[in-house]
Amino acid sequence: MVESELIAKSKEYRQKILKYIVGANAGHTGGSLSCIDILNVLYNVVLNTRPENFASPDRDRYIQSKGHCVEALFVVLADKGFFPEEDLNTLCRYQSHYIGHPTRKVNGVEQNTGALGHGLPISVGTALAAKMDKRDYRVFTLLGDGELPEGSNWEAALTAAHYKLDNLCAILDKNSLQITGPTADVCNTDPVDEKFESFGWAVKHVDGHDLKAIKEAFESMPFEAGKPSLIIAHTVKGKGVSFMEHSVSWHHGVPNAEQYAQALEELSI
Amino acid sequence: MEHITTEVAKAAKPNLEVFSTTLQQLAAHDRDVVVVTSDSRGSGKLVPFGKKYPEQIVEIGIAEQNLVGVAAGLASTGKKTFAVSPACFLTARALEQIKNDVAYSDNAVKLIGISAGVSYGALGSTHHSLHDYAVLRAINNLTIVAPADNYETEQAILQASELGKPIYLRFGKKNMPLLTEDRANTFTLGKGRMIKAGKDLTFIATGETVYPALEAAGRLQRENGLDVSVVSMHTIKPLDTALLKERAEHTRAIITVEEHSVNGGLGEACAAYLLQNHHGKPFKIVGIPDEYTVTGSQVEILNHYGISETGLADTALALLNTIA
Repeated sequence: MVESELIAKSKEYRQKILKYIVGANAGHTGGSLSCIDILNVLYNVVLNTRPENFASPDRDRYIQSKGHCVEALFVVLADKGFFPEEDLNTLCRYQSHYIGHPTRKVNGVEQNTGALGHGLPISVGTALAAKMDKRDYRVFTLLGDGELPEGSNWEAALTAAHYKLDNLCAILDKNSLQITGPTADVCNTDPVDEKFESFGWAVKHVDGHDLKAIKEAFESMPFEAGKPSLIIAHTVKGKGVSFMEHSVSWHHGVPNAEQYAQALEELSI
Repeated sequence: MEHITTEVAKAAKPNLEVFSTTLQQLAAHDRDVVVVTSDSRGSGKLVPFGKKYPEQIVEIGIAEQNLVGVAAGLASTGKKTFAVSPACFLTARALEQIKNDVAYSDNAVKLIGISAGVSYGALGSTHHSLHDYAVLRAINNLTIVAPADNYETEQAILQASELGKPIYLRFGKKNMPLLTEDRANTFTLGKGRMIKAGKDLTFIATGETVYPALEAAGRLQRENGLDVSVVSMHTIKPLDTALLKERAEHTRAIITVEEHSVNGGLGEACAAYLLQNHHGKPFKIVGIPDEYTVTGSQVEILNHYGISETGLADTALALLNTIA
């Protein structure tokens, strides 16, 4: 997919994220908008995963550790044909499988996530299995910067380096805000690059909304042979909607009709 | 797998040792058998496994949450993954990983809780697992098994390996004599084993407490002329309610026995079934009471709380006296 198409996809995805959050009257708006460009590049450029090969042992795996930003994932999975998009009209409704976190009841979802600090250990196990079986698939996991204080992340970071899992790529959606406020004020994890490097990872920084830069970062993985890769994606919470950007109140805020109309107008430009 | 059965029948060994030898036999024929350890290969009797199958053992170091998360990832690719760690740490520190990454995500990890119950004796409460049945029973999609002897252990491992669903098995460290020489009395996950029939009272025991219950039944026969039944309820969940019902209908009283807190374990599972299905009987739960556990060796602790031949015989006589 060429860059202009990717740009169009990001716009479309952002609009749909808001549409289904408004429909459900629930959702993690700010984080879904901060990570959507990463998911766009993953599913439209990087992953070999398709509905028709989802049972294949050789498919690439994407495991979303920051499960609460499920709206971004569902919109992309629907676009890739894993399920009919109209299913998302049932988001968070009684007896729907489309709940507020990823579950394997939804086609295309690899693991049930939602509790934080779980995606990286599972991804390590999945990547390790590829090494043991000499398979070529790669494993990608999206972490939030707010979940980094979970100790299990650091346990898994050690294991990933210990087993030289250069088929593993973690992407940190560093939007620098969490529900209480700035991540640096809640529990500062910076300099996060140095921490991961000292754990034995190869690290790159990208502008998490520059589709070309994200693509180039993925294409250069592994950043170093024998090391797991970390992409620190510098993102903006609520990206694309002026009044949502950099605002904690949009962590799981739902736009009213007027706000939704304004957001769609901004996103259509 | 008949040959394995014959071999383990020869002498009483720790169930853990049988676990290890059974795993080696599985690994010899199946390279997808993988063991994940948290610096626990020594206590798990897995050093020979690691030497023979170095490509099939994954050392995590002392990090139980990561142990279970990594095991879930391995299992998601089809590997027959055994996550081995002391039961006390595995089922407490990594409980959220068990709940979400294994049970909820339906990754068929075989969780192996070693040195369970009060096996660590004088090391104290940090190392005891008296909560594991209770917390795991409340988690959907998880089979819970405590094999009693070497035969049950071997069969539990073989069946768990093929189950394709999440399962927790716990083992202790002491030598466990065979409960019965009867080869027709086979082991099936989810089906309790009637080790001894009897009409006066039934001991429903699990794990390594079945043997003292069997000894107590013998003593009650010799000294009191009582005809006491013993069931090895190795699978705590799903509970074999058909057998429970049958025992309630054919004996005068029921005593459950477990190396676990009296809260939330086998006893309460049995009580809930019996009461809700109108099979109320004189009933007693024997386990570790809700108190600061007495200190001592495993045997001393079990004796202290009446989980012994004499303790269980006394409890049986006391219960029968209430209905005489």
